[in-house]
Amino acid sequence: MSNSGEIWVIGEQRRGRLEEVSLELLSKGMALSQRMGVTLSAVLLGDEVGETARELVFHGAEKVYLLEHARLRYYQSEAYARLLAGVIKEHEPQIILIGATEIGKELAPRVAAKLRTGLTAHCIDIYGGEVDAIPHLIHVVPGWGGNLVMHIICPQRRPEVITVKPGVLPKAVRAEKRKGKIIRVKPDVRDKDFSRIETVEVVEEPPKGKSLESADVVVCGGWGMNALGGFSKVQGLADILGGVVAGTRPVMDRGWIEEGRMIGQGGKTVGPGLFVSLGASGAMHYTTGFMGSKVVLAVDRNPQAPIFQMADIGIVGDLREVLPCLIEELKKERMPRKS
Amino acid sequence: MGLEILVCIKQVPHPDHFSEIRLDVGSGRIIREGIPAIINPLDRNALEEGLRVKERFSGRVTVISMGPPQAREALEEALAMGADRGILLCDMAFAGADTLATANALFYAIRKLGKFDLIYCGNETVDSGTAQVGPQLAELLDIPQVSGVREVTFTDEKTLEVKRALEHGYMKVRVKLPALVCVTRDINRPRLPTVQSIMEVAQKEMILWKAKDIGAPPENIGLKGSPTCAAGVYEHESGRRREIMQGSTKEKVQKAVARLKELGAI
Repeated sequence: MSNSGEIWVIGEQRRGRLEEVSLELLSKGMALSQRMGVTLSAVLLGDEVGETARELVFHGAEKVYLLEHARLRYYQSEAYARLLAGVIKEHEPQIILIGATEIGKELAPRVAAKLRTGLTAHCIDIYGGEVDAIPHLIHVVPGWGGNLVMHIICPQRRPEVITVKPGVLPKAVRAEKRKGKIIRVKPDVRDKDFSRIETVEVVEEPPKGKSLESADVVVCGGWGMNALGGFSKVQGLADILGGVVAGTRPVMDRGWIEEGRMIGQGGKTVGPGLFVSLGASGAMHYTTGFMGSKVVLAVDRNPQAPIFQMADIGIVGDLREVLPCLIEELKKERMPRKS
Repeated sequence: MGLEILVCIKQVPHPDHFSEIRLDVGSGRIIREGIPAIINPLDRNALEEGLRVKERFSGRVTVISMGPPQAREALEEALAMGADRGILLCDMAFAGADTLATANALFYAIRKLGKFDLIYCGNETVDSGTAQVGPQLAELLDIPQVSGVREVTFTDEKTLEVKRALEHGYMKVRVKLPALVCVTRDINRPRLPTVQSIMEVAQKEMILWKAKDIGAPPENIGLKGSPTCAAGVYEHESGRRREIMQGSTKEKVQKAVARLKELGAI
């Protein structure tokens, strides 16, 4: 055992391609490691993913612990968790960052529970700060009631394990001149790891129609759309803007949009050029879903609604009046001017 | 001999009222007076799945929850949906628990209850939504677990083949019982209680346990057993312009469109 005090980023790859969130973790990891004067390392599990390990170096990892094995080609619940806990116990990093992806959200709690240590979910920021004059790593998570966030700390146990919400932090810039050490760790893979649970197949399903994540404009309707008796006007606005329709949780719960179009916690995170929020008051559970947007336009009838704290441009008013007017004005913009 | 099935549920504030919930900035306490409480929506899917498995293979469905005294209502609703007995872990010693301490409390209760073939959880709650308690509990119980499950098929009485969600697609996972499965909304449509099933609730067993009853060491549960803790509540600096358009509806909209153009958003 060696108490390395390192910061670790758990790389996530599918077919050798790194998930975007891994690059987001590396940018945060670099900032933290420079401030704390410790090494930033990454861990990667897979089969023949040496090239992917080099990508982690190009994006800022000073070391990569690489565990390669044919049986680790896919994410394997028990094998990944046991092997990861093993290298963590051996090298004793102090901070571990994991993407809050569908897989990360399962792997992180398994590993943290094995180590009986602290785990904070879907952070939107992490930084070194002080609580009662004692230095702590501050884990920032969405709170309640509009634009409030909660600070979480892990005072005693190490490592502190943190999952980070994908699509919120900036990505690390790639630089091939970066040097790093790739440390091959021979994984002690056992049959027992696969006897109780085994991933047998991974099936990719590209999204039907225009994907929410890649859209330039997202128009999102909230519970206030109820006054308009439905979602057709949202679609109308989205059509004029060349955008994609989305909704909030209360809207999804009522079946007005499909589950894959829900913005916010438990749903999608988007960062389009323009995000339009219609009739949503702006609970933090929702607003974390579009933090990365370039420009945010919000319409709601309640001037006190927290959504206006999260918007660049706000229109206070009744959607029944504002929305047709907005569609009208945008239509004029789209029409060639008569000279 | 049928299957012993356990479903973990949580009472949460109604999502339609989330923006009314306030945090006391000083204490970090959640102020939710007057906010209606419901069974976490995905936990209803978890219960539905448990009930269907019982109907197919016979057995017993137990529902368990940790929470304040009023969480009993959630358990009663679960009994009305068809669960056979309810267990409420209710004690100040459980209060302030993070996800590991919550998983620990459930672990000690399960240890007291005996063996289960299948444990179902909702994949995440609508409130804190960490999705952590299920996998942490499975780890403490040393049983296999899958998150994000949208379809379950029994290949034989002891083996499941499940589809678990990925960002764009799914993974097929083979799991041997006993196992813990965290389900998503796609898996089923939860049933509603019937008049008859509501009448039967009074005859069903409801157990109230304190920390002592389940032999949970104080250092493993509640605030004491939590490696993480809240250090305060703050305004999030969104970095947005926060410009509110003024004038008549038409003026407001025209100004907004002009600003969107200036900002290059349209």
